[in-house]
Amino acid sequence: MAEFPSLTRRAALLGAAASGSLLMAGSGAEAQPQRPSELKIGITTFLSGPASVFGVPGRQAADMLIEEINREGGIGGVPLRAFYVDEAPGTDHLVGEYRRLVQSEGVHVMFASISSGSCLACTPLSDELRKTTVLWDCGTQRIFEEARHPFAFRTQGYGTPEILAPLLYLLQHRPDFRTLAVINQDYAWGRDSWELWKTAMDALKPGVRVVAELFPRFNSTDFSTEITRMLALRPDVILSTSWGGELVTLIRQASERRLFERSLFVLPVAEASLPQLGRTMPAGQIIGARGDHWINHPEPRDPQALRRFVEGYRQRTNEWPIYPCHHMAQAMWALRAAYKRAIEAKGGGWPNDQELAQAFRGLEFPTPTATITIREDGQGLEDQIVGLSSHGDRFPYAVPEKMILYPAANVSTPVGQKSTDWLRTLKPEMVQQAGRPLGAG
Amino acid sequence: MVAWFEQNGLLLGLALLDGLAYAALVFLVAVGLNLVFGVLRILNVAHGSLYAIGAYTAASLGIALAAGGLGPWASLVALVVAAAVVGAVLGPLIEGLILRRIYGQEEVLQLLVTFALFMILEDVQKLVWGVQPVHHDAGLRWLGTVDVPFGGDVIPFTAYQLYVLPGVALLTLAGLAWFLRRTLTGRVIVAVTTDREAATAMGIDARRVFLLTFTFGAALAALGGALSSPTAALVPGIGAQTIVLSFAVVAIAGLGQIEGAALSALMIGLGRSIAVYFAPEFEVVMPYLIMVAVLLVRPQGLFGTTETRRV
Repeated sequence: MAEFPSLTRRAALLGAAASGSLLMAGSGAEAQPQRPSELKIGITTFLSGPASVFGVPGRQAADMLIEEINREGGIGGVPLRAFYVDEAPGTDHLVGEYRRLVQSEGVHVMFASISSGSCLACTPLSDELRKTTVLWDCGTQRIFEEARHPFAFRTQGYGTPEILAPLLYLLQHRPDFRTLAVINQDYAWGRDSWELWKTAMDALKPGVRVVAELFPRFNSTDFSTEITRMLALRPDVILSTSWGGELVTLIRQASERRLFERSLFVLPVAEASLPQLGRTMPAGQIIGARGDHWINHPEPRDPQALRRFVEGYRQRTNEWPIYPCHHMAQAMWALRAAYKRAIEAKGGGWPNDQELAQAFRGLEFPTPTATITIREDGQGLEDQIVGLSSHGDRFPYAVPEKMILYPAANVSTPVGQKSTDWLRTLKPEMVQQAGRPLGAG
Repeated sequence: MVAWFEQNGLLLGLALLDGLAYAALVFLVAVGLNLVFGVLRILNVAHGSLYAIGAYTAASLGIALAAGGLGPWASLVALVVAAAVVGAVLGPLIEGLILRRIYGQEEVLQLLVTFALFMILEDVQKLVWGVQPVHHDAGLRWLGTVDVPFGGDVIPFTAYQLYVLPGVALLTLAGLAWFLRRTLTGRVIVAVTTDREAATAMGIDARRVFLLTFTFGAALAALGGALSSPTAALVPGIGAQTIVLSFAVVAIAGLGQIEGAALSALMIGLGRSIAVYFAPEFEVVMPYLIMVAVLLVRPQGLFGTTETRRV
């Protein structure tokens, strides 16, 4: 009988554990993931609170698109399934839910978020958990300017181009304005967007006098004092990056008190509130959409696809799609394109997290209005269209006319630079060069 | 100082007009909260939900009446009707089913229960009215605007803001003061507020008083919401903002004080509007700065009285 060296029970257990770990590590590095039975997507969005005016339409669009994609056979033959998380309870809750979805539910990809604060909380988790995370709606420029995130990708534009494009439009449309007042919500976006605007305005048109900087409480329902103040000050231009119910209230109260007769409004994110405002929205004001997906886009890349999306959403919800719906669609279409690319790169095999993330970098994917490219830093290049509010017979609410399209590359901060630094370097010649007028409008 | 007033006197006048209208709305909501606390001794977080439901109901009723072909005046009537309906339906329901079970319990439990109710009612609002902004301002537009002279210029104010809101608030204040001091039911409520045990010992039916007071408080919250609906777009979350401000008013006033609520609402309204004109960066914190300042000097509130605690 052969003799074996003596082996304690403790040493045997340690050895077994060590070899098991090595085996698992080896299999992880070379793992060829099996095609799953369903492709799980964790989606963070506002399902309650004031921002649910964006979050719920975003979810409705996601539900519609998932059904549509699944009817067509899913992505790579795998049907999609969504897991929703409400952003409203705050970032602590959100971070916990993100971890739960990745580690317990085993989601294959995360879509996060509407709030910039949520995105700033979730993106580091994508690094830590090495989970591909599509930033589907948040606008903060800080995400890719302050750190590198190899697993995070934004499938739409962001704050800098969304603010710069309306400013360029204003400088072209009303170059002689001399005074300006701002009324933004008192939270991160309201303050950040004003900083972006002010920095760019000081570079492109120095000497504009800011007569009032008003930041009413977030979720205010009364702006009558601020409106009185602006009626008395008579600024040439009033900027507001407010959104949701607050923008609707501001415009209605300003309209009732004839503020629009004294000042020109610039409303970079007006699109989402226009259906609620209906005919109340005064004509001739500068309006933006956080992108190029206006419902009356005169030169969309695929007019049929745009009509199909708009009509499909209307039939399903009895509402007009607003920009979170388009942004959610962009995220879904980007996901489909990235999986297709990754699967092709792997000769038909199902990609792991690393391979999926690689497929996003440099990805080009079509939308009904244009083609979006994901830059090497993860930021999507989405064109911006700005115009003047107008009313016609086609739609029961204001849509833009005299539109100017600003290609994303012209109004986005170059890779590796910070927005405020870049905006300081802008030259007035940019006003005439950055955009091109669109069709009949 | 005199020079400053000469230079800014006109602006102060505008701030006064803005502050009055804002104070009127704040008062209507806060006075209901204060009344309920004074009698039931429950700090009702769900008061904000009653405000929101009052606003939504008024807007829906106004829209329905307009669709039915009634003129814009009907939308103004709808504001009062909506408040009465919300108070009459939800008041007894909430008091009878929920609050009655937690009278005399620990304050933490009472806060948690009413907070839970607030969360439930928030979801009910979303189920019924959705998440997109709801608004109806036919009545406000019908009343038109009033041009207020401002130097060589004029500043348009809505007649609704200038006359209706302060008018309703004044009527409510006067009506409440008369009701509580000149009617038997009002005196019974005051008796229960002052000394519940003694009042009960003298044969007053405290349960009936609680039901009546809560229903009345709920109707006042709904009236505040209904009156705000022609000026505001209604979205989920409006109740939360309102309840926070109402707590500040109640703390400044002293718990259970009607006139105190009016004065503190006025202080908050004027303080806020003056801040917008002369120091906009303080607009958001102004109500709370006033609250802190008052509580540092009078911890029991402006009109509150120190109580002897039985041990």
